[in-house]
Amino acid sequence: MDTTFQWRHKHLIGLAELSRQELEFILDTAKGFEEFSARSVKKAPTLRGKVVVNMFFEDSTRTRNSFTLAANRLSADVIEFTKTSSSVNKGETLIDTARNLEAMGVDIVVIRHSAGGAPKLLSRSINACVVNAGDGYHEHPTQALLDAYTIRQVRGSLDGLTVGIVGDIAHSRVARSNIYVLTKLGAKVIVVGPPTLMPGKIEQLGVRVSHNLDEVIEELDVINMLRIQFERLGGNMFPSVREYSHFFGLTVERVKRARPNILVMHPGPINRGVEIESEVADGPNSVILQQVSNGVAVRMAVLFLVNQAAALQGENKTGKSENQTN
Amino acid sequence: MKKLLTKEQIAQTLDELLSKILPDIPQDGNFAVIGIRSRGEVLAKRLCKAIEAKTGRDVLGGTLDITLYRDDLNAPKGNNQPKVRATEIEFDVSDKFILLVDDVLHTGRSVRAAMDALTDLGRPKTIRLAVLVDRGHQELPIRADYVGIRTEAPAEQSIKVYLMESDGKEEVVID
Repeated sequence: MDTTFQWRHKHLIGLAELSRQELEFILDTAKGFEEFSARSVKKAPTLRGKVVVNMFFEDSTRTRNSFTLAANRLSADVIEFTKTSSSVNKGETLIDTARNLEAMGVDIVVIRHSAGGAPKLLSRSINACVVNAGDGYHEHPTQALLDAYTIRQVRGSLDGLTVGIVGDIAHSRVARSNIYVLTKLGAKVIVVGPPTLMPGKIEQLGVRVSHNLDEVIEELDVINMLRIQFERLGGNMFPSVREYSHFFGLTVERVKRARPNILVMHPGPINRGVEIESEVADGPNSVILQQVSNGVAVRMAVLFLVNQAAALQGENKTGKSENQTN
Repeated sequence: MKKLLTKEQIAQTLDELLSKILPDIPQDGNFAVIGIRSRGEVLAKRLCKAIEAKTGRDVLGGTLDITLYRDDLNAPKGNNQPKVRATEIEFDVSDKFILLVDDVLHTGRSVRAAMDALTDLGRPKTIRLAVLVDRGHQELPIRADYVGIRTEAPAEQSIKVYLMESDGKEEVVID
């Protein structure tokens, strides 16, 4: 680890704006949190006295629990903000909410929102740190970081690896964040999916596009199967679920044709039998559960780093008074 | 800059440290040497080897990263950003005699953090502290059990320990 490097971002909005060095620094930091799950006391006093709010305007089990656990393991207090079912007038409601949070002395806001750009907007309106837990079709930085972390954990490095991202690329913030981190860390990325689920000009992000999984499966070191998001797909993006899984599902058959040590990943939740066969999801190449464990370590690293950046900027008023009691 | 210890003197100091530690090592084998990152880690590994050579028995060794337990995390000074690295202790510390190793004892805050980190891993029977240099100016009621050398350096001066494994050279200087 570079000893002179300085992390300076008090918000984590997206991976597009981070450099390779910064991305590697997050992953290196996460390494320090990996052994926590094996401890007798799974907690460190690092964020004691800090308040983290989980503001999820969209459904989530994994990400939300993962952030809660990460914050708890660092001894922060966590407020769970329940989803508002009202029709959200995005800009205004967010800023109003933000002001309320400020008044409660919140230090870190973890936000998931259906509108891309909501975390950015929030970060401009409040003094607390903002961490993006997924915004619209924009980014899902911590998911992509944990994906990159998992690949690095197994393979040592991403340099020179070929990673396939398969599924609904157009509506996937996971795909977008993954493309940023993987390409910056030296991997080649092939996005695979039907033309209707492929955004225009995606090649500009430095990836290869394929509409035929069978054509590329043999090249892949890693395959990341995206979930078909039935809740987002209103129109007829593909003729039928059966046809989709026929062409783009990860079957035992396809895994047999792939490299023997191919890593099978999935951000969850899995639609078993749709984008991935059960046998593959639970098979020896699958690192799906490892991804979930690593998610906690990566999120601990992110919470730790944004809080550090805030402390460095001297904007963390509660931090100073707390220090005097030590 | 003044040289406090040369390469040879470091080796000799570690030898003397070892002879103070040896009589206290429990005979039942419930013993481990744990270094505080990063210079303490290097010294702990050397002591571990030396104890193994003297006793003819395998000695458990480990490394503690205390970053998450530091008491200045919310008031960082200058550009000295804390870097989190992994704690590597692959055995249960409970009921063991733990020899904690660091290069310099100064304020005592690192040792405080190390004891907190260690007790989060289990409940050691005894924790003893060995340091290469005790420079005084402790701010907490913490003292070392085994001291290589003592020196009275003014608080504004810093003592730097360079070790072959981590720095490619071997000396202790006051600066």
